[in-house]
Amino acid sequence: MLKVNNIEVVYSDVILVLRGISLEVGDGQIVALLGANGAGKTTTLKAISGLLKREDGAITRGSIEFDGVRLDKLPPEEITRLGVSQVLEGRRLFQHLTTEENLRTGALVNGNRAETRRLLEQVYHYFPALKNLRHRTAGYLSGGEQQMVAIGRALMANPRLILMDEPSLGLAPLLVQNIFDIIRRINQESGVSILLVEQNANVALKTAEYAYVMETGRIVLDGPATELAQNADIKEFYLGLTQLGERKSYRDVKHYKRRKRWLG
Amino acid sequence: MNWQLLPQFAITGLLNGGPIALIALGIVLIFKSSEIFNFAQGQMLLIGTMATWWFASPEGMGLPLPLAILAALGVSILLGLAIERFTLRPMTGQPLLSIILMTLALSQFLQGLTILIFGTVQRNFPVIFEVTNPYKITLPFQYNGNPIIVILKQNLVWSFIIAMVCVLVLWVFFQYTNTGLAMRATAEDHETAQSVGIRINRVFGISWAIAGIIANIGGILIATASGLDLSLPVVVLAAFPAVLLGGLESIPGAVVGGLVIGLAQGLVGLPNNDFFLGPEMAQAVRNSAEIVPYIILLVVLLFRPDGLFGQKRIERI
Repeated sequence: MLKVNNIEVVYSDVILVLRGISLEVGDGQIVALLGANGAGKTTTLKAISGLLKREDGAITRGSIEFDGVRLDKLPPEEITRLGVSQVLEGRRLFQHLTTEENLRTGALVNGNRAETRRLLEQVYHYFPALKNLRHRTAGYLSGGEQQMVAIGRALMANPRLILMDEPSLGLAPLLVQNIFDIIRRINQESGVSILLVEQNANVALKTAEYAYVMETGRIVLDGPATELAQNADIKEFYLGLTQLGERKSYRDVKHYKRRKRWLG
Repeated sequence: MNWQLLPQFAITGLLNGGPIALIALGIVLIFKSSEIFNFAQGQMLLIGTMATWWFASPEGMGLPLPLAILAALGVSILLGLAIERFTLRPMTGQPLLSIILMTLALSQFLQGLTILIFGTVQRNFPVIFEVTNPYKITLPFQYNGNPIIVILKQNLVWSFIIAMVCVLVLWVFFQYTNTGLAMRATAEDHETAQSVGIRINRVFGISWAIAGIIANIGGILIATASGLDLSLPVVVLAAFPAVLLGGLESIPGAVVGGLVIGLAQGLVGLPNNDFFLGPEMAQAVRNSAEIVPYIILLVVLLFRPDGLFGQKRIERI
C-alpha cells in the first residue's frame, strides 16, 4: 500500500538527514519505526506526509508511492485527501477550538454532514471519554485526552493509512497502554493501516506486526515485530534487558562491553 | 457642564463606531488567518467605494443602486483574491515583517491606482438613506426639568444597524459553517491545518475576498455620511486602534474596540468642558477627535498588552 523507495532527504540544501530509507506498509498492517532521538523517524514521516516542504526540506532521491500514486511531489493537504492521515508529534490540537470542532476539522476533507456525524459517533465509540468533553476548549484538556482527540481527528478523515508520531509522548505508562490498546482496536475493527513512530520500543513491538529500526538516517534492521523483540541487540539497546530478561545495572552498561552488531 | 447634550454626543459617537467596528473586523479577519496586519485595508475600502460610485453614477454605468453595490462587491472580491494570489502567495515563507511592509506598499500602490482610474475629484456619493428626516428620540429621563431629546440622522442609525448585521452574519459564518471552521483552524496553526487536509491557500483567498466585501460595505457606509474622495482611507486610522484595543485576533474585540473608539470620539466633541478645563484647553480637547483613540489605546495596552479580548496563549506545562 505505502512504498517508500530509497529516499534521501536534505534540509536547507546541505544537511543530509535520511540516507536511503526504504520501507513498506501493507494493507491493514501496523508497522513500527523505532530509533533513538535524531535517528530521522519524524523526518521520514514528514517526507511521507509532505510536511517536509514547510521546513525547507526536500526529497532529493527516491520515491514515495501510495497505491501507485507518487506522493513525493504533492502538497501535504492533497496527500491527506488521498487517505493518508497524520497524528503529529506533540498532539498539535487547534487549542482554542473545542474538542468536537477539532474532530470536525478532520472531516473537512469530505464535508458531508451525515458522514461527519457517523464518523463522530465512531470516534466517540473508540474514545467514550471524549463525548463528555466535546464542548471543552481543547487546549485545556489533559495530555492523554489531547492524544485521544489527535487520533480521533485523524480518524475523522476516514483514512486508509494513519501516520502516528510518538503517541506515547509525555503520557503516564497506564495511559500509554490504553492508547495502544485503542490503536490496535482501531486497526482491527476498521482495517486502517498504521505507520507508528515510537521511542517506546517495548509497547511498539507488542502492537506492530512488522518493525524497522533506524539509526542516523538509515534503516539498520527490520523484521516481524515478534522476531525483533527476541533480537539480542534490540533487547540490549532498545528494551534494556539482558538475555535473562532482567534489568541491567548501569554499572555494566557503562563499560560498553557489548557492541552493536550492525553498522550504524 | 451641560449634561443635557451628553446623551446626544454619546449615542452619536457610539453609532459612528459601528462602521469603524466593521472596518476593524476586516483587519482582524486577515490577521487571524495569516498573521498579516493589512495596512492596505483603507485602500481596499477606497477602491470598493469608488467602484460603487462608478457603477451607480450617471457619469459611470448608471446602474440602479442595489445592482451597483452588487457589482462593486464583485470588484472588491476580485481585488481581495488578486492581492492574495499575486502579492502574498509569492511571499510565503518570507519574514512576517517583509509581508507587512508589503501591505504598506500595496496601500500606496492602490491609492495611486485609484487616482489613475478615478481621478482626484470629490464625488457625489448616491444618497442611500433619507437626509431630511432625522429620528427624534425622547429619552425616559429628564435634566433640570427638561426632557432629553436625541436627534439622530437616518444614515447614522442605519449604518450602525447594517454594520452590526454584517458582524453577526460573519460570526455565524465562522461559528457554524465548514468553511468558517477551516478558517478558524488555519488561523490557529498552518501546518496542522494542512495536515488535516485543509487547503490553506484557498482559506487565505477566502479571507481576503471577505475582507474585500467588508471593506466595501464599510466604505459605502462611511461615504454616505461624509462623502467620497481620496481621503476616505483615513477612517482606518480610527480602525487600527480599534483592532489593537480589542485584541488582534478577536472578533468581539474588534466590535467592542470600534464602539469604544466611536464613543470616545463622540464624547470629546462635547462642546462644554470649559467649566473645569478653561476655554482654550476645552477647544484643544474638542479638536482631538483623531488622536483620542490612540490615547485610549495607550492606556489600555499598558494594563492589558494583549488588548481587551486578545487570545490568551494556552500553554501546558
